[in-house]
Amino acid sequence: MANRVAIVAVSQNAGAESKDNFYDQAYRVVKDALDKAGMSREEIHTVVSASSDIFHGGISCANAYYWESSAAFLKPGSRQDGESLFALAYAAMRIMTGKHDTALVVGLCKGSENPENDTCTHMFTDPFYQREVGLNETVAAALQMRLYMERFGVAHEQCAKVAVKNLGNALRNPYAHKKGIYTIDAVLDSKRVIDPLTAMQIAPKSEGIIALVLASENKAKKLTDKPVWLKGYSSSLDTFNFGDRDLLNGQLKNAASRAYKMAGITNPRKEVDLAEITEPYAFQELLWCEDLGFCDPGGGGKLIDSGATQRDGALPVNASGGVLANNPYVSRGLQRAVEAFLQIRGEAGEHQVGKKVKTALAHGTHGFAGQCHAVAILGS
Amino acid sequence: MAKEFKTLLTEIKLPYELAYGATWTRFFEGMKEKKIYGTKCSRCGRILVPARTFCPRCFVDTDEWVEVSPQGTVLTWSYANYRYFGMPMDPPFISALIKLDGADVGFLHIVAGFDLDDFDVVRQTVKTGMRVKAVWEDERKGHIMDIRHFEPL
Repeated sequence: MANRVAIVAVSQNAGAESKDNFYDQAYRVVKDALDKAGMSREEIHTVVSASSDIFHGGISCANAYYWESSAAFLKPGSRQDGESLFALAYAAMRIMTGKHDTALVVGLCKGSENPENDTCTHMFTDPFYQREVGLNETVAAALQMRLYMERFGVAHEQCAKVAVKNLGNALRNPYAHKKGIYTIDAVLDSKRVIDPLTAMQIAPKSEGIIALVLASENKAKKLTDKPVWLKGYSSSLDTFNFGDRDLLNGQLKNAASRAYKMAGITNPRKEVDLAEITEPYAFQELLWCEDLGFCDPGGGGKLIDSGATQRDGALPVNASGGVLANNPYVSRGLQRAVEAFLQIRGEAGEHQVGKKVKTALAHGTHGFAGQCHAVAILGS
Repeated sequence: MAKEFKTLLTEIKLPYELAYGATWTRFFEGMKEKKIYGTKCSRCGRILVPARTFCPRCFVDTDEWVEVSPQGTVLTWSYANYRYFGMPMDPPFISALIKLDGADVGFLHIVAGFDLDDFDVVRQTVKTGMRVKAVWEDERKGHIMDIRHFEPL
């Protein structure tokens, strides 16, 4: 990409409930990111925040309320709603115009204060039709999961393995909200919330304030000796009406192929060293891995059986524990970018993977059963 | 809800009044007459249900009204047995995508008409690919729940 853009510093908070208020908590995370970058508020030229009006915060005009916490006072900034990875792209574009040297991206979500995720996502439906018949993100995922298992012969045990892997990985991530060593049976025997999904295959409702400091190439080289470059990005959105969509042939393939092309990646299985993907429902990690080209269509079950996506595997997926361990609904996509950044820099601490990570993929999804996908390719 | 630290319990409740528009008005009025209407895309030829003014894929006007069958085939289903604030119906219930005969897209609704409390019964009864038919409410209001549910044929 011309006018290269780098991420130079990141910060996040823990996913478990905090007694701090949202306003102060956001300030602390943003301040930490600026401190890590060695920058003052005045050195940030522009700010893009990712937040959600009303549903995931209880406050309308959420950007205005958190503007001060986001270091955005008096700066040209704007707010993005929907998939939070979009905010990363918008901030990068602002730098690519040549008008700004630095940008701050802030994802804002304090899930512990919110109604259940399904209460919020139920309100994302149209009130004429789909809301009245009970659609929400979890219902949509359960419908997609049965189709996935039946069409490709993926076993329930293979889906459960994703939760076993990710909650196990999360033991090494101090920010993770849910973590533990579980058996496949424990996952399958957890409450049958909405068959075929059991409770442990469904992501929690977490806190997640995320800050990333971006800089132009020249500026990045002055700020850090380990810039992480945004090498590729794209997104794709499917139609709204749930029944219109082919739930197993969604838009992630489009988003990924465009991002790969921008990054010059022709063989993702070999060229992507690590992936952080958004899997609010366990089976989705398998399906998304297929769509990202990490295995053949229908091969997601075999992929996890092979061990390749384990933390010490050939292509670690969600070494942080992923979204099953930490689900700040609004900012979960940006959190994937933060984790990818840390792995590339070798700064992921206890959950740092053993292999060298030069290229990492961050994936976000928003809407029902993957209506909207965004893919960012980051590299050293 | 009580937490160990000081919290503010707040609620947002706001009334909105949304226009149905001509196409959806005709669709929902059709429900009163026990008719399920789709519209046909003039380019791809798909029959979209519920009826649409335009095809979101081709981005052209639909140009023909088509009545589709109240019978169809279950494409996929789920069995919900949990509660959340704002849930529109009491659990347990079965959400299903149903391909109505004559339609080209899935129709999201619920499947019922048998013992839903016992999951083993549900698992024996409901299968992907099963045939179902609409069961209509006696008093219909021009609303999606004028179809009480779909039941096995």
